[in-house]
Amino acid sequence: MTFKVIEAGISVSVQDLGRPGYYQLGIPQGGAMDRFSLSVANLLVGNNENAAGLEAAYIGPKLHFSSSTMIAVTGGDAPVFVDGVEHECWRPIEIKAGQVLEFGFIKNGARLYLAFAGGINVPEVLGSRSTYTVGILGGLEGRVLKSGDVLETFQSESQVTIRDVSIPEAMRPQITQVTSLKVLPGLYWHRLTEAAGEKFFADEWAVGTEADRMGYRFTGGRPMEFVERTPPFGAGADPSNIVDSAYPYGSIQVPAGQEPIVLHRDAVSAGGYFQIGTVISADMDLIGQLQPNKKVQFIKVSMDEALKARSVYQAKMAQVRETLNR
Amino acid sequence: MIENSTRFSFGGDEHLLCECSEEMSLQSFFKSLSATTRIKQLGIPGVVEVCGGNAAYLVRFNPDEIHPDDLLERIKEIDEEAAKAEPVVETRITEIPVYYQDPWTAETMKQFRDRHQTPESTDLEYAAEINGFHSVGEFIKAHHESPWFVSQVGFVCGVPWLYQMVDIERQIQVPKYVRPRTDTPRHTIGHGGCFAAIYAVRGAGGYQMFGITPMPIFEPNEPTTYFEGSMVFSKPGDIVKFRPIERAEYDEIVKLSEEGKYNPPIKEVIFDLREFNKNTDEYNKGLVEKLYDI
Repeated sequence: MTFKVIEAGISVSVQDLGRPGYYQLGIPQGGAMDRFSLSVANLLVGNNENAAGLEAAYIGPKLHFSSSTMIAVTGGDAPVFVDGVEHECWRPIEIKAGQVLEFGFIKNGARLYLAFAGGINVPEVLGSRSTYTVGILGGLEGRVLKSGDVLETFQSESQVTIRDVSIPEAMRPQITQVTSLKVLPGLYWHRLTEAAGEKFFADEWAVGTEADRMGYRFTGGRPMEFVERTPPFGAGADPSNIVDSAYPYGSIQVPAGQEPIVLHRDAVSAGGYFQIGTVISADMDLIGQLQPNKKVQFIKVSMDEALKARSVYQAKMAQVRETLNR
Repeated sequence: MIENSTRFSFGGDEHLLCECSEEMSLQSFFKSLSATTRIKQLGIPGVVEVCGGNAAYLVRFNPDEIHPDDLLERIKEIDEEAAKAEPVVETRITEIPVYYQDPWTAETMKQFRDRHQTPESTDLEYAAEINGFHSVGEFIKAHHESPWFVSQVGFVCGVPWLYQMVDIERQIQVPKYVRPRTDTPRHTIGHGGCFAAIYAVRGAGGYQMFGITPMPIFEPNEPTTYFEGSMVFSKPGDIVKFRPIERAEYDEIVKLSEEGKYNPPIKEVIFDLREFNKNTDEYNKGLVEKLYDI
């Protein structure tokens, strides 16, 4: 099956669950920002969770299908139309040869995930089909999609017939008025004064305009004060500078103590800014569903709480698998 | 007895940061290199990846396979051993040709002059002046005369950080741009703090720009012959000798690289930090002689 891109939207790229193992070279894991949503979309059409689909930021693409197939749309919430007929997200959608898929404005969340029965067939690069635009690798020619592109899918291995399954509302990404992001303080946390550390968790932040696959910047909180020091050799004079070092995914750097930046799937692997902690793995998906201006509260957690949240996340995924395998 | 002072801190539920020292030194780099090498060799279940830093390293792990407390204990043991390891590495020295004062970084410089400390001078003029050189020529000579250590690889697409192999008093140090640029030419030789860096791909950056190399260091599609099968040329522990070139040779190397026919001089060497510290200039001279079979 092939489909043609009629309109590409703002930023649509091929993504699977990423390529771990090359971060030490500055090639990030990449993959879907909201891993849960891509995994579920794949399961809905009978794919392996790691099959390559499309990630669309803010607005979905308009696609024309060459032959009949099954697709599913997850992630944020947007009206989905097939030849003008509205369909629901989070359940399989049957497509007939020659039909056109298009989207209305996203109502909730920030990213849509489209899975196609069989998964998108682009070459694997370093074990993954994910697009990494900075390195011009993976996906379709290492770039976001543009109008006129034609993509091919693999033959679907499972004989999927349209089923009346849907993922319950409560299991979908919960984007509330103020989204909580759990943070384990650490890394260079000691560089902040006690008061500055308290302010970080007390203040309400908002997603800034610089919010992409590499990282999310947050604005609106108070500037942070530092513990005084003599700059260590090689670090740089600014109190937020460190001797350049490796950055964890999800780590929160605060250049000049001003605006926190959380590194995401296409993170730069290293740099010279101190970090005050890390958003826990269970909450990384949520960041991918935040639009600019969305309010955020950072919540301080312990390692035990982080591991507990990880178990809850995994249990939710297990429950989806069970629901769809019935 | 050597005091082991590595600081450990968890980066969420999947990372452990190990900071050998706050300040940069070759001793800390060697400890980081030794620990990362050892961790990779051991293949500890649950350890996903190890990223080496200039004076630190970052262990990525899967807490479903190894509890963070158990990992910490294990890494602490390895770090203790690394602190005692002999500061000797089997590595390679490689030449990287540099076209200093090239027209492309000059153009980019002009575009972003308002973000620089001294908009009226070039990055090289500024760096020469604040490092006490009488001319840009003298500064360039100091930049390529001594070899550099690749002390970290990463950022995006295998960018090497390079640490100048001279006494701290003689090291080139410059601040980064006041506000980072949104563009830097591919293959720019930059400098920030005490580190040089080579921009593997075009993109944003804040390092002062001194020149450009015609030699690819990142090839996502067809790994170049001298890459040894990797997408990325640089490895932590590499020793690099810059060689100044002019426009004609730059063009020639670009052409050869595109045809996959360029092969920079590369030689295997053993580096011993203790010998290096005894007489830095002599030791460097020996390394360069090995590179060129002198």
